[in-house]
Amino acid sequence: MLLIFWRMIQYDKVTKIYHGGQHAVEDITLHVEPGEFVFIVGHSGAGKTTLLKMLFAEVLPTSGAVYFDSRSIGELSNAELLRVRRNIGTIFQDFRLLPTKTIYENIAFALEVAGKDDDDIRADVPHVLELVGLADKMWSFPRELSGGEQQRVAIARAIVNQPAVLIADEPTGNLDPINTHDVLEILKKINNLGTTVLLATHNRSVVDAGGKRVITMDQGRLIRDDKEGKYVL
Amino acid sequence: MSLWLNTKRVARYGLIGFIRNGFVSLAAVSIMTLTLFVLSGLMVFGAALDATLVQLTQKVDVNVYFTTNATEAQITDVKKMLEGMPEVASVTFVSREEALATFRERHKNDQLTIQALDELRDNPLGATLEVRAKQTSQYEAIAKFLTTQQSNGTSGGSAIDKVNFYQNKTAIDRLTNIIDTSKRIGTIVAVVMGLASLLIAFNTIRLAIYTSRDEIGVMNIVGAGRWYVRGPFMIAGILYGFVSGLIVLLLLYPITLYMSAPLQRFLGTFNAFSYYAGNFPFIFFVIMSFGIALGALSSYLAVRRYLRN
Repeated sequence: MLLIFWRMIQYDKVTKIYHGGQHAVEDITLHVEPGEFVFIVGHSGAGKTTLLKMLFAEVLPTSGAVYFDSRSIGELSNAELLRVRRNIGTIFQDFRLLPTKTIYENIAFALEVAGKDDDDIRADVPHVLELVGLADKMWSFPRELSGGEQQRVAIARAIVNQPAVLIADEPTGNLDPINTHDVLEILKKINNLGTTVLLATHNRSVVDAGGKRVITMDQGRLIRDDKEGKYVL
Repeated sequence: MSLWLNTKRVARYGLIGFIRNGFVSLAAVSIMTLTLFVLSGLMVFGAALDATLVQLTQKVDVNVYFTTNATEAQITDVKKMLEGMPEVASVTFVSREEALATFRERHKNDQLTIQALDELRDNPLGATLEVRAKQTSQYEAIAKFLTTQQSNGTSGGSAIDKVNFYQNKTAIDRLTNIIDTSKRIGTIVAVVMGLASLLIAFNTIRLAIYTSRDEIGVMNIVGAGRWYVRGPFMIAGILYGFVSGLIVLLLLYPITLYMSAPLQRFLGTFNAFSYYAGNFPFIFFVIMSFGIALGALSSYLAVRRYLRN
């Protein structure tokens, strides 16, 4: 427990078996330090998404425990879990924006649930949209934006609360190479500002160009953990 | 965060959701309008049934015929006793002279009867008490009481010539049956139709929220509390109920106005428009509160399904 105390994220002998007996994640133990940029690689079905979802309790482990800031996620009260979620930004392959809200409202929503007042929201939303280069799309709806633009909105929403951790699950899966490059550059900038980034992908070029820590998964197991790794599968 | 700020945001998102999900809102409002229309129909039907039954009930009475030599004191005794009974709604005294006048009026085209009546030196008709019970099923008890008084010969009982209940008994029993059956069928129809339309409305709202299940998932992930997710959907549900209620209340005006005459021909005295106009505050309250409660509750239950920790 003492070791866990100063680690930001800790997976301790974590196993997840879905209904029907499918072993999504098996006996994973790893930790992530504050400010790290970690690629999680593996084929489809390797368990990358399940591993990430367990960090914000969208999926709960069958055995073992996941710790965030030394607290076991599975033992948090509902209110504590909501606080943790507001401290973890999430980006998905399918963007997951709120379709009936404008870009401004999508980002404002994340600030509202964090308890920000209207003045702060009016100041923060244009600022974060400027950071991702979409200040002129503030009043558009998600359906009016390209895939790359939607993903940048998702990034803006994920970082607007200045979270400690940013989880990106295949963020470039639906993007062309130019947009992929842009999204990656933004994530690197965010990481340079001190946010821990966990990025699941099976895009070889993205990983190889990174020069970052690479965790490799296969059939639910962790098979490699390289400090400055490459995509090896 | 202040409760007021939260409430304001939830209300705004609810209204925005209602407007922006126009097609879904239209579907939900249409179905809820039908549901509330069925409810209002049941209310009018119930009132019409009640009015018709009251009207029929008023046509039934028990007449106490007194002998021609009954004294006023004896008749008053019986009248007072009847008025003291909890089952009795009213007692009307018809004097011998009034009875004769009514008889003459009724038979004015029957020369033979009038001639026979003229040949009699004295008025052959006795005074009468017309007794109305509060419910048709109570006539038997009243008649029994009267016949007991008659056979005992106590107070004014000795002056009673005859009680006509037993002549009318078959008709009264049949009417009592019809009234009971109509009420029972009316209640069953109301409950079945009410439940059916309630389920349809509930499912429509559930479908409307089903289309937003991914949205609810995203709200969960960004750390929105249960009420912050649920609130806007409940506001939208309340708006479905409110708008549907308004539509129904507006539609009832021309419909009851147009239907009043044909319904009156069929049902007698009941006037649907008068009922609508005279009971508007009550109808407004029932339709609106039912619509709003249905919308809010359906939304609450539907969102609960997609709310995770």
